[in-house]
Amino acid sequence: MREVAIIGIGETKFGELWERSLRDLGIEAGFKAMGDAGISGNEIDAIFLGNMSAGQLIDQEHIAPLIADYSGMAEKNIPAIRIEAASASGGLALSQGYMAVASGVHDIVVVGGAEKMTDVGDDAANEIMAKTADQEWEAVFGATLGSLYAMMARRHMNEFGTTKEQLASVAVKNHLNGSMNPHAQFRSPIKLEAVLRAPMVASPLGTFDFAPLSDGAAAVILAPLDIAHKYSDTPIKILSCGQAGDYMALHDRKSITRMDATVVAGKKAFKYAGIQPKDVNLAEVHDCTTISEIMAIEDLGFFKKGQGGKVTEDGSTALNSKISINTSGGLKAKGYPVGASGVSQAIEAVTQLRGEAGQRQVSKAEIALLHNIGGTGSSAIVHLLGRC
Amino acid sequence: MPEARFWRENQARYNMIGHKCGKCQKVYFPPRDMCPKCRRASMGKMEKIQLTGKGSVVSHTTVHEGLPEFQMQIPYTMAIIELEEGARITGQIVDCNGECVKIGSEVETVFRKLGEEGKSGIIHYGYKFKLIE
Amino acid sequence: MMDKVGIVSYGGYVPHYRIEAGAIGAVWGIDGTARGKSLGIIRKSVPSPDEDVITISVEAARKAMRCCNTDPEDIGAVYVGSESHPYAVKPSATIVAEAIGAAPRMTAADLEFACKAGTAGIQICMGLVASDMIKYGMAIGADTSQGAPGDALEYSASAGGAAFLIGKKNLMAEINTTLSFTTDTPDFWRREGQLYPRHGGRFTGTPAYFKHINSCAQMLFEKMGTKPEDYAHAIFHQPNGKFPLRVGKAMGFSDGQLEHGLLTPVIGNTYSGAVPLALTNVLDHSEPGDRIFVISYGSGAGSDGFDITVTNRIKKLRKKGWKPLSEMVNDYQLLDYATYAKFRGKIRMGGIA
Repeated sequence: MREVAIIGIGETKFGELWERSLRDLGIEAGFKAMGDAGISGNEIDAIFLGNMSAGQLIDQEHIAPLIADYSGMAEKNIPAIRIEAASASGGLALSQGYMAVASGVHDIVVVGGAEKMTDVGDDAANEIMAKTADQEWEAVFGATLGSLYAMMARRHMNEFGTTKEQLASVAVKNHLNGSMNPHAQFRSPIKLEAVLRAPMVASPLGTFDFAPLSDGAAAVILAPLDIAHKYSDTPIKILSCGQAGDYMALHDRKSITRMDATVVAGKKAFKYAGIQPKDVNLAEVHDCTTISEIMAIEDLGFFKKGQGGKVTEDGSTALNSKISINTSGGLKAKGYPVGASGVSQAIEAVTQLRGEAGQRQVSKAEIALLHNIGGTGSSAIVHLLGRC
Repeated sequence: MPEARFWRENQARYNMIGHKCGKCQKVYFPPRDMCPKCRRASMGKMEKIQLTGKGSVVSHTTVHEGLPEFQMQIPYTMAIIELEEGARITGQIVDCNGECVKIGSEVETVFRKLGEEGKSGIIHYGYKFKLIE
Repeated sequence: MMDKVGIVSYGGYVPHYRIEAGAIGAVWGIDGTARGKSLGIIRKSVPSPDEDVITISVEAARKAMRCCNTDPEDIGAVYVGSESHPYAVKPSATIVAEAIGAAPRMTAADLEFACKAGTAGIQICMGLVASDMIKYGMAIGADTSQGAPGDALEYSASAGGAAFLIGKKNLMAEINTTLSFTTDTPDFWRREGQLYPRHGGRFTGTPAYFKHINSCAQMLFEKMGTKPEDYAHAIFHQPNGKFPLRVGKAMGFSDGQLEHGLLTPVIGNTYSGAVPLALTNVLDHSEPGDRIFVISYGSGAGSDGFDITVTNRIKKLRKKGWKPLSEMVNDYQLLDYATYAKFRGKIRMGGIA
């Protein structure tokens, strides 16, 4: 296996981008990443595109060649592959691109993630999101994705004494981080009381416990490490990747307060990289809800099971504390264009490891972790990134 | 066709017919053709089992922003139920407001409408739960 | 002599929600409580948005099956009588049969005869059982009827149903006889595709309800050679709380005899479910040897009469999974008119709904 580095990054603004189509977004992110790496289309061997549900969201299947085509690559006849793992589509696209380069099959690969959420109404978007759980045995009975996370939260509160204030402190922290990120959808800090006062979506989770529905795209360029310096002064190495799965339906899992897919994917990633959770300086974890972040920082081994709420409340996960969690603002504040999020997490990590994060820079950032979840945790992908 | 998609699950959804692994005796609902514990050794040994439909609440939530199909029922209560036989399932708890449901509450199944394919389409039926007084 | 045919088991179901007459009247600018009083109705049951004739029928039939040892596969026929079947075409009865484990070696059909489709189902099952075409038959009467907003029927039209397992063996009540009185009388109807029924106002009284019930009752007394005092209980169709008392007392029945067979004041008129539900409540309050006089009425019009004697076996039935109907009648949650209108689909929705 060859070592692999990220040599270029690029992303669109995240948010309600009424003027932009999925094509527009995909192309913009890709061009920015190519510009960042200083490569031309001639050098690209393949495109891997993470996308959850273009077929339902914009009535378009087969979107990888579409994006390649509109990026001017049609006559290059390169392979373009769409990768789907619900909300982990972006992370999975990154891992597939990583393996393609590591194996020697391809040299320069574009990994993109794109989602256009707002061409359907909120009801339809929620319906589509619910289908990433078990349609026949969860959604049919009235379970939304939010309600399933709400049941994890209720049980976590019951088993470990986690409080609503602790859940809310995740949102407060991530909005504060987002306020320092020019790419974030939400750039205003929020108060704890505002989170607690927000209308209920699925008790105990309210509006501010959820990441928004966003449009957006993100892309990174991968190259073998031995030629990476040709393109970038600061190539960022992919140290490892771990992916794991679990029962599709939440109710079938061994525990609903722990995601075994995250636990296993994390252990694999740490093992392959030969490092420990304590070696990680910053982590972009999948905070589609506040409870997701609390469970993730426990399941990844940063904190003991049950302590996630407490450590968030006491500031241990804030910028430049014990470990900096979701410095980008996370899905919560940076925005949540579903299939793009896993790739967008990589962009934050690269930015931090390059030392280019400005106001929200993590000091002495050497190692970053990316954590992407599909559905309610039936897929999990963890990447570890490091400075060369 | 959604008709067939729902119809083929009627046995399980109407009558709580699950599967029991003939090797390790673990009970599954919905029915599975293979036991995830015994895997190949369970093939062909999964037996039908009639479940009682009684169980207790593992976790619950009151849904205020739900799927369009459930708009008339908002706010409604969803729960993960651990059935007497050990299997866990997700379902709605009816005839109560969320506050009367607690983790550990005992429930039993009731027969209700799950949804419909619009006003002119097929109506889907199956289990929901109610609290046992 | 032929074996007696009768009731092996029974079960009733009333939805959890209610609305009071006062809450209905308030919306239409009249004293609803007084209006309710004049109709003999305090409150009526309201089905949840996820309840319909099929779910009510399944719940009632399952309740019946829980307190007997009958193998559901021995049920040879399932009939669901209703005027609010969820489908215009597609039987309710097949879904009920599947949900109680009776399918597939059996027959099933939906019946409609305004408020007496339930008792018509009992008669059909009796015939099939008596002729040995089937071992057991499940007869169900259920409705989720609607009165047009603001109409007098809005105070009464409610939801509920009851199921009777009819057979020859293990009878908890013997049906001594049944007979009917039927004419063409257009007192109440609903045309295909119409949301709400229409009625002939006071024409629904003397020439319709009273004429048919009185004629049928007279036939039943004559055939059996009985008088009101021979019965422990009497049940009459109950479109409101007043008619059944008036018709019963005129025949010579006392308040005591009519007491347990009158549910409309607290659950409303459950149409096809009305006499069947009243019968389940009477059976709940019966002792072995009690004789029950039953006359249903369906607009259009006809009455079915039954003479029933409770057996010793009723005690056995009460030992096994039996829950009295009163649990459901007395455990309810009141709705305001807005929520009632939402539950009953009276609010015009936008978009895809």
